[in-house]
Amino acid sequence: MAYVSLVALVPLAAVVARSTDGGLDGFWRSVANDQALASLRITLVASLIVVAINALTGTLVAWVLVRDEFRGKGIVNSLIDLPFALPTIVAGLTLLALYGPKSPVGIDLAFSRAAIVLALLFVTLPFVVRAVQPVLLELDREMEEAAESLGARRRTVFRRIILPNLAPAILAGSGLGFARAVGEFGSLVLITGNIPFKTEVASVFIFSQVESDNVTGAAAVSVVLLLVSLGLLLAIGALSRRVGRHEV
Amino acid sequence: MRSRLALRALALGYLALLLVVPVGVVFRRAFADGVGPVWDAVTTPEALHALWLTCLMVLVAVPLNTVFGVLCALVIVRQRFRGRALLNALVDLPFAVSPVVVGLALVLVYGRTGWFGGWLADQGVQVIFSPLGMILATMFVSLPFVAREVVPVLREVGTEQEQAAETLGASSLQTFVRITLPAIRWGVAYGVVLTTARALGEFGAVSVVSGKIAGRTETLTLLVEDRFQGFDLRGAYAASIVLAVLALGTLLAMNLIGPKGERG
Repeated sequence: MAYVSLVALVPLAAVVARSTDGGLDGFWRSVANDQALASLRITLVASLIVVAINALTGTLVAWVLVRDEFRGKGIVNSLIDLPFALPTIVAGLTLLALYGPKSPVGIDLAFSRAAIVLALLFVTLPFVVRAVQPVLLELDREMEEAAESLGARRRTVFRRIILPNLAPAILAGSGLGFARAVGEFGSLVLITGNIPFKTEVASVFIFSQVESDNVTGAAAVSVVLLLVSLGLLLAIGALSRRVGRHEV
Repeated sequence: MRSRLALRALALGYLALLLVVPVGVVFRRAFADGVGPVWDAVTTPEALHALWLTCLMVLVAVPLNTVFGVLCALVIVRQRFRGRALLNALVDLPFAVSPVVVGLALVLVYGRTGWFGGWLADQGVQVIFSPLGMILATMFVSLPFVAREVVPVLREVGTEQEQAAETLGASSLQTFVRITLPAIRWGVAYGVVLTTARALGEFGAVSVVSGKIAGRTETLTLLVEDRFQGFDLRGAYAASIVLAVLALGTLLAMNLIGPKGERG
């Protein structure tokens, strides 16, 4: 307990304390200025887009990894964790190499909002896949077979049987991915160009405020970010507890 | 059958475009002129120092967080006390905090004008803009991994064997070393791998507190950014290759350990 406090809690308390240095007015002024608001908006919109795409592609990838058989499946399966293992700055550089100014395929997304989404998709890829995979493995095929023998079409089986069973896992994975996306920094610095009002996300905004010695402003935006991701983690916790009880 | 092939192609294509091809391109660009230039770029004094500093982060943060993680998991699973749920939530906190915010937090506590910064400066200890602060940042961001991996394993194992050992007269230390530790070893190992990966690759938090003094407070990840911003693209790719190889090593370790860990 003491170790957590020392390493994590005291510093975070300092952020909260510093953010209200100028009173609540000062806090409000720091958050409500145009550039800060724009960065927060860009962060949230990009994260939501990423979460929506991830819910879809993550489930698809998990499905293929569990229900399909093909050569090299083991390798593909282990590749899923690559974004967790690869340092984020390398991830950014990597994406820039393929989708940047000197792109060998002629797609230049650098310094655009699409680049934010691309980088976030890369770093949050494993969350939904790894949440859905075990549930799909455990899922009883009998229910699906029963539905099919009663004449349900495959689409109906998926919508009425499989999807409801996967939904909690998809939600939990998406939540974790969202929390990660909101705070992401390393993979975004290189590829987004950090143009205020266009591609500057909240974490990059905080960084630039620290560099220019506006620590109080940085702390205020940090507190907003903290609240968003904390609220989200608590919601996931509550959700998984409810689902857990349900199963018992 | 056709729809199954279509799904497979879709999933694999997505992974290829997002993961495999970009990484492949970096490798090809880095080695465009053969191995020589890459070797030169990663053996400059700066690069070697960055590599050493990265290793230092891992060497300090991983053991400390491993010991903490195991203790923390034991407390969360085996003890009943008020605030247990709170501790459980707190351990996950670093997952919810942006790395940049972590860095800022450390500056506010240990910086020149921070809570402890002035006092520490009087004692001649500099935390911010020095490796010490970077170690603290690394510890913060990699805090939860071991505890997260060990908690479910510990739940699964149960207490029967430990109780048996204690009725046979084993001390609590003996019980821990002979019974508990072997039972959770795969969980611990997997947590250590994840902690190492995170410590190696941390960028945001470290970059806020380091001051990026080349050859002094620059880790490999910071070196990549520094070289990229300085238009030394080849050098940035070369340093990235070192990190990518380390990452692939971790990935391999994850796969060797992971499944066994899940079986407990």
